[in-house]
Amino acid sequence: MTAAAGVNRRPRKNLVLSVVAILLSVVVFLVPFAFILLTAVKSRQEASRLDFSWPTQFQFVQNFVDVVQARDYMLIIAFINSTILTVASVAILVVLSAMVAFVLQRRRTRWTGLVNFLVLSGLIIPPAVVPTIWVLQKLGLFRTMPGLILIEVAFGLSFCILLFRAFIATIPRELDEAAIIDGAGPMRLFFRVILPLLRSVIITVVVVQSVTVFNDFVNPLYFLPGDQNATVQLTLYNFSSAYSTQYNLLFMDILLITIPPLIMFLFFNKRIVAGMTAGAVKG
Amino acid sequence: MEARPRTSVAGPAPAAGRKKSPYPSWFYLPAAIVYAVLFLVPTVTSFYFSLTRWSIFDSQFIGFDNYVTFFREPALVSGLWHTVLYAVITSGLKVLLGLGLAVLLTSQIIGRGYLRSVVFFPVLVSTIGVGLTFTILLDPEEGLVNESLALIGVQGPGWLTDPSFALMSVALVDVWKGVGLATLIYIAGIVSIPQEYFEAARVDGATAWQNFVKIVLPLARPATFTVILLSLIGGLRSFDLIWAMTRGGPGFTSDVIASVIYKQYQAGFYGLSTAGNVVLFLLVTAIIFPLSRYLNSKEVDL
Repeated sequence: MTAAAGVNRRPRKNLVLSVVAILLSVVVFLVPFAFILLTAVKSRQEASRLDFSWPTQFQFVQNFVDVVQARDYMLIIAFINSTILTVASVAILVVLSAMVAFVLQRRRTRWTGLVNFLVLSGLIIPPAVVPTIWVLQKLGLFRTMPGLILIEVAFGLSFCILLFRAFIATIPRELDEAAIIDGAGPMRLFFRVILPLLRSVIITVVVVQSVTVFNDFVNPLYFLPGDQNATVQLTLYNFSSAYSTQYNLLFMDILLITIPPLIMFLFFNKRIVAGMTAGAVKG
Repeated sequence: MEARPRTSVAGPAPAAGRKKSPYPSWFYLPAAIVYAVLFLVPTVTSFYFSLTRWSIFDSQFIGFDNYVTFFREPALVSGLWHTVLYAVITSGLKVLLGLGLAVLLTSQIIGRGYLRSVVFFPVLVSTIGVGLTFTILLDPEEGLVNESLALIGVQGPGWLTDPSFALMSVALVDVWKGVGLATLIYIAGIVSIPQEYFEAARVDGATAWQNFVKIVLPLARPATFTVILLSLIGGLRSFDLIWAMTRGGPGFTSDVIASVIYKQYQAGFYGLSTAGNVVLFLLVTAIIFPLSRYLNSKEVDL
């Protein structure tokens, strides 16, 4: 994306427009984040004024310790839970959806139409909440981490399959044929030949889905209620009602929860962009 | 979304028999089981359970009573209307702002990389975090927004406490958080337009505005369709931002179907909650499927 799209005829940079755009971006997009950061390091009294001002005294360490210790180290437990949830569901998602996408792209059978339809339905149809709880209950998975992990897998499959399928279409079929002539079965063909070639799209899927699952609030709210296995988003939400007068701690919590996506963004910006814009260009 | 039919022609070794196909259908199986059990079964059974009085453990068939309750209760019906309004407004604003920002961010401008990053980053931030932050920024008395407005002599409204503003305020925050994705999709669409078009236009002496209307707008159409569909799907089922900011209030003025579903679930009316789910299902399919078919029929080739 280095080449300009040539909307502007002259190569000269438009100075006035640039300054206006940058100033606006600071007011609209940076000020809210600066507000989070500043409030998170203030003392309780100062934070309660909700001002956008420089803190008179910095309490970063104090607030950090307070937030972490609040309610018996709830935040630590929540971070552990969210990590387990994210890692497990994304790992399962990658393998299952790559398998589906591989066969879906390579071989046309009487299932192909149905599978395509189900993939699109999964993107569009909102999940039915209480019946899902009923199914989980029957399986003994309601209020359990494995249950929530499988839920995230079920709801994330469609998006991942579409990304994988588009990428697999670019891998030449001759590779499959060479492997088959060498005597590889389907398992070896997929896991030893195809999967390693999917590295770049796997990174995309992992990053985008990790952020999605980590930020998910609705599914933990419905399918994994209760304090002992709360995820970070639930903890943040509960925190907002329990500690509504301690804005410094609330914003420290928001700040801590924003750090994992920020790290993903700093390291994998290009991958995220690739994953999220797939479909914008026909093909 | 057609799969290419070439397999039937160039299958590697049809003589090897079906069982030995290198692309076995059982590769579908693990995903299919998870998807069927946790997504299809609930979706299908929701139609039955929406016709029952239901306590998870036993259900009693009561016909269309839940739907009658749903459509008789003004608070629930207004939720339906709010859902459509919210989806259309967020989707429309994301198209307009996303396109404008994308044109800006593909032009010759200083700080382009910075601007792209800063517009996109909110997409990745926790919705609950964004909701809570803006709830405080939009506080009627002490909030930063109204204090800033007061500096230039404008009395800001009670963004989230005034019934006539609450839903719109949440929708605006939704746009703030989501416009980065729309912008990215448009940037990808604009960058993929072949340069020859712009060169030909330059030879013909086209103005920047003519470039935009005659080249960018029609050729970025796939991006527009993607943005419209994605933001409508997201907007129709939107729950977490509304829940974090207003919980459907004040009164029921910012309730949408998804928050009604949650409230009825919390209150123990599982049948009614599921009826809400079916209504949402019907609303989404009634809007999205015809729309995507219509938009796909208007696709252009670059």
